Amino acid sequence: MSETRFTDDHEWARSEGDLIVVGITNYAQEQLGDIVFVELPNIGNTVEQGQEAAVIESVKAAGDVKSPVTGSIAEVNETLVDHPEMVNQDPTGEGWFYKVAPADPAEMDDLLDETAYDNILAGLE
Amino acid sequence: MDDPAAQLQQTVLYELHQSLGARIVPFADYQMPLNYSPGIIKEHRHTRTSASLFDVSHMGQIRIHGAGAIETLESLMPIDLSTVKPGQQRYNFLTNDNGGIVDDLMIARFEDHWQLIVNAANKMKDLELITAACGSRTTVDYQHDAALIALQGPAASTILSRHSTGPASLPFMHHGQFEIDDIPCSVSRSGYTGEDGFEISVSNSHAITLAQSLLAHPEVEAAGLGCRDSLRLEAGLCLHGNDINEQTTPLEANLLWAISPERRADGKRPGNFPGDVRILKEMTTPPIQCRVGLRPEGKIAVRPPTTLFTEAGVESGLVTSGSFGPSVEGPIAMGYVNRALSALGTRHHTKVRGNPIILTVVDLPFVTHNYHQRR
Repeated sequence: MSETRFTDDHEWARSEGDLIVVGITNYAQEQLGDIVFVELPNIGNTVEQGQEAAVIESVKAAGDVKSPVTGSIAEVNETLVDHPEMVNQDPTGEGWFYKVAPADPAEMDDLLDETAYDNILAGLE
Repeated sequence: MDDPAAQLQQTVLYELHQSLGARIVPFADYQMPLNYSPGIIKEHRHTRTSASLFDVSHMGQIRIHGAGAIETLESLMPIDLSTVKPGQQRYNFLTNDNGGIVDDLMIARFEDHWQLIVNAANKMKDLELITAACGSRTTVDYQHDAALIALQGPAASTILSRHSTGPASLPFMHHGQFEIDDIPCSVSRSGYTGEDGFEISVSNSHAITLAQSLLAHPEVEAAGLGCRDSLRLEAGLCLHGNDINEQTTPLEANLLWAISPERRADGKRPGNFPGDVRILKEMTTPPIQCRVGLRPEGKIAVRPPTTLFTEAGVESGLVTSGSFGPSVEGPIAMGYVNRALSALGTRHHTKVRGNPIILTVVDLPFVTHNYHQRR
């Protein structure tokens, strides 16, 4: 498995062949609480690094997923439509949001590695 | 004072919440548990199927004593207290001169005094209002030394019976003094979840022991304010600050049932409470807007404040509470709509993040009340 990268907004991104898989971190799902609805982007849509790409609703509030990388949506996790709780149960695995064909794969280098992300989390404690 | 949390108060159960893994959030100047590790949905469903323990000690407990107590209280609320007997409790509200709702509350009669349970965010304002209304024959005191613990759910009565023989025989909206594990408590059969249950007023010095004793039952789980809110919304109950406030009147809020017949225009003692002119007038000339239940189609929650429109795009209402209902298993909302568009089945329109959503006016509550029925 390739290295997972992170944003300071608590998304993760991981290369999978030519695509990059995107989701939210365990910290993010813990903060949101029980997730009841996920609004996924449409396949073929363009998403931009740092811009809203998906919406997550918990019982208490709605939040957005900002795309870690720019590119075109290649695949979305349809399972989340009927089972949004998957994001709570397995945020970095089965609870992924979408796969994007990156415009510039080097954007991954802008993102945080696990150590840097863990340091951010440690600062939030 | 860089840390905002440093200015927040804690209830006497704060450390217990922390030890139970609560997610603590600021609420009405208190650090309160939003939820524990099971999460809001599981806590909500547990309350509807078994029993949950809530710390509601942030709410205000105010006692009114003296020969002038009824006179003082009736000057502030549209209620007839002469028919309320010791051991009984009523839902009512403090009104302002414009007929708006300053706060909604529970009022209970004891042998020698009255007790109000008021909303945390309003309690100091309420206390000032009541104190200002007191003549020489009425005294008020705020119960700084008391915690308030709610045990809510269909198993609540059975569980409390293991500790005390009295509370299980209380009818809904009645209260009494009982010893629970030899701890003196004031127990009412009430709550704000739509379920059978109790609210237990206990001295701060005994609150932790009592909470731990109740939580020791396998049927009881700790539950936070997150599910208290989703439970009360499913039960169709108003949250002051959202669904009712100083600008909304009891008639707009569909709370006429709480106004004592004695104090209505055709009653024996009409009016003589703040805002009486408007409130009495609205009983014969209904206000333009009224509170209704709303069921959004689809899965997207419509959260307050969201403006509603007719199909033609004319403004028709405002959502004042909206969330996902864990027992309904879908989005639910309450709000105010134009009375002409308040009939059951009327459709209102809005957009959430660009998604068009239809909301249909439905009956409240969303989930049938399961209050204790006297057999």
